[in-house]
Amino acid sequence: MQIGLTGALRSAADGASEIEIEADTIRELMQELIKRYPKMADHMDEGIAVAIDGQIFRDEWSQKIPPGAEVFLMPRLQGG
Amino acid sequence: MAHDPKFTNQQFKVVGTRVNRPDGVDKVTGRAKYGADASAPGQLVGLFLRSPHAHARIKKIDTSKAEKLKGVKAVITAADLPDLTGNRGNLDILENCMARDRALYDGHAVAAVAAVDKATAKQALKLIKVTYELLPHVTDVDEAMHPEAPVVQPHIFTVGVDPKPTKPSNIAKVSEFGHGDVEAGFREADVIIEKSYKTEQTHQGYIEPHACLANVNPDGTADLWVTTQGHYTFRTVCSTLLGLDMAKLKVTSSEIGGGFGGKTHVWIEPIALALSRKAGRPVKCVMSREEVFKASGPTCSTSMDIKIGAKKDGTITAATAALRYQDGAFSASWGMMGAMTAFACYDLKNCKSVGYDVLCNRPKVAAYRAPSAPMAAFGVESTMDLVAEAIGMAPIDLRLKNAAKEGTRASYGPTYGPIGIIPTLEAAKAHPHMKAKLGKNQGRGMACGFWFNFGGQTCTDINIGTDGTVSLALGTVDVGGARASMSLIAAEELGIPYDQVKATVADTATLGHNDTTEGSRGTFSSGMATIFAARDAIEELKARAAKMWDIPVEAVVWEEGHAKAIGDEHSNLPPLSLKEIAARSPRTGGPIAGHNEVVADGAGVSFASHICDVEVDPETGSTRVLRYTVIQDAGKAIHPDYVEGQFQGGAAQGIGWALNEEYIYGEDGRLQNAGFLDYRIPVCSDLPFIDTQILEIPNPNHPYGIRGVGETSIVPPLAAIGNAVSNAAGVRMVHTPMSPPRILAALEAQDELEAAE
Repeated sequence: MQIGLTGALRSAADGASEIEIEADTIRELMQELIKRYPKMADHMDEGIAVAIDGQIFRDEWSQKIPPGAEVFLMPRLQGG
Repeated sequence: MAHDPKFTNQQFKVVGTRVNRPDGVDKVTGRAKYGADASAPGQLVGLFLRSPHAHARIKKIDTSKAEKLKGVKAVITAADLPDLTGNRGNLDILENCMARDRALYDGHAVAAVAAVDKATAKQALKLIKVTYELLPHVTDVDEAMHPEAPVVQPHIFTVGVDPKPTKPSNIAKVSEFGHGDVEAGFREADVIIEKSYKTEQTHQGYIEPHACLANVNPDGTADLWVTTQGHYTFRTVCSTLLGLDMAKLKVTSSEIGGGFGGKTHVWIEPIALALSRKAGRPVKCVMSREEVFKASGPTCSTSMDIKIGAKKDGTITAATAALRYQDGAFSASWGMMGAMTAFACYDLKNCKSVGYDVLCNRPKVAAYRAPSAPMAAFGVESTMDLVAEAIGMAPIDLRLKNAAKEGTRASYGPTYGPIGIIPTLEAAKAHPHMKAKLGKNQGRGMACGFWFNFGGQTCTDINIGTDGTVSLALGTVDVGGARASMSLIAAEELGIPYDQVKATVADTATLGHNDTTEGSRGTFSSGMATIFAARDAIEELKARAAKMWDIPVEAVVWEEGHAKAIGDEHSNLPPLSLKEIAARSPRTGGPIAGHNEVVADGAGVSFASHICDVEVDPETGSTRVLRYTVIQDAGKAIHPDYVEGQFQGGAAQGIGWALNEEYIYGEDGRLQNAGFLDYRIPVCSDLPFIDTQILEIPNPNHPYGIRGVGETSIVPPLAAIGNAVSNAAGVRMVHTPMSPPRILAALEAQDELEAAE
């Protein structure tokens, strides 16, 4: 599936705004991401959020990714 | 038990009513205990010595005389705080709490003492001799980006650019968002408006200063009583910084006298614990207001360039933003968040926003209510008004024409589900405020705002007493009505009166981890956990009723606070109330409880539209806000009073930010106005009654449709007031605060320009 990248995550993926990764869950997605782009390690330490069909998941890595879903990776955000 | 978080359009009996707040009497009678209100036998007073310099190398700290002073029980410097953290982020937190080799801003702590009383502690601070070597400093965001600027953190190399830089820089991070082809979009435009803006640094202005009582025992157990938005996070951070066992550190959150993001970070608390550990006695630390301004976490100052192109019919063809955010002395992501939120209100084919996170010799920036969004909205929403003016369209119609909707690809990446910006704009357009007549020197402005809203890790307990009253233990701090709202939800689910529920905020030894109450997550997350915990308790209540009746549990349903037996064979059994079942609980299996832990993801994004009328005195430059209206989507308002209070509070803070508040630094890099006399927040006499309108567009990812409401209300005010002041004064204001000197300067500059023409 196509994974959209935003912000500083793009530079960690060699400048790509979209990458192709097959994964059934957020955990599988993260494992493949770090394997393919070791520079993502720093961002993972700070936290990466995953938007699946517009819904943002910050912590639940067992979340399933439905086939054909729109997936975006975003830096983890802070609120007030 | 697995629970489904999806919205079900449940009909409510208790939720949505305006019940009395449970903490009200305590707060108005002075009984409520805040951060500074705890005490312990033998407690010491902890005070901090802070750098008077914006940037200086600490060559030597001599504490010997202070340590010898009678009554001094402990003195702490960075030498007492070895780096146990293992990562740079936590080391930054430790270094901000206590300077290591360099003082990085005016007010940075360099030492702390614990003594038997305040006078002795003050005298001890005077006896500490610090030898500084002054270093060049920078406090302005644009100057800090200059290649020749003094480097604040030599280990920072700009992240987000390729290739990785070979020299350290104050630009900690560059973050780009957007989609489409903005250059092609601008070529399609009939009108292009490009403008630069600045916003000055402001503080959340919570009335209660940071305060705590720390006690570390010889066996390694410890207690921390503290005003905080996240006592579980404080436990994690403090135990990490100090090498304490997490389970042995019990953190209790006091009543909180305002936080707005500023109490999501630790400032004095790890040092209070370190002092207590060294002294072997409890230590109480309370920041002065000067310390709160200088050494807690205000928001960013910013500088930005906004460019928007549109066709004559109002269709925006392209939009770009360069957003430079001053993060203080430590790396953060506030510029990135400004770039994510800048164009989030609109359905744009081509957009690009670039956020720059920039270090300066100022205090570490903390979250402030929808952090980063108000400044970006000031730039974008001001430019939207200029575009509307250029094409001869009403500002609200330009926004309606381009507003985001379900299916819109957000400027920060994902596609929106059901959202409520168009309903807020339509409500604004139909509002009587929009049609009210204006007088001389008066102007009206409006603006939109967006905030993400978050969920996160949450844990809740329900315990039912044998008299049928219900104890509800929450892990999210009550920053905006959690105890009342969660009691309403528990009462709704259990089918009992609100007064039968007593909610408390549990300490860290009582419940599992709860993420900090930030990101407008309290009602969304704890609401979800409370619903699920109540449903767990109902299952147990049904099982106990089945035992009392000696029938299968499958034959029991829960309706209106009662167990009811279903099926013809049980038709003679009268319903059992919660109280009746609770009274028999000792002999049907013991205590009845419900529990839930959840990662509450799926918090729906939130939008607001604000309308503002002002009058500007052209002789003095003074602005008076005449009328203000907030219209916001709440998903579902659990307790409408609190929701309206959040709307009004955000607007009030935004009015202060827009018109008066700013950190003023001297050439020497020292803060000039660290007090409420010279840093003026709005008081009641500065404000009109702030009118509110709650819209309820359900969040599909919450059983009740709840969206967060606490932060979005501070996003539009800077721009709404900026547009109103600009319309009243007849000159475009591009710099907040729009204080009298700045308005007079803008008027004079315009007069000179017109004279020259």
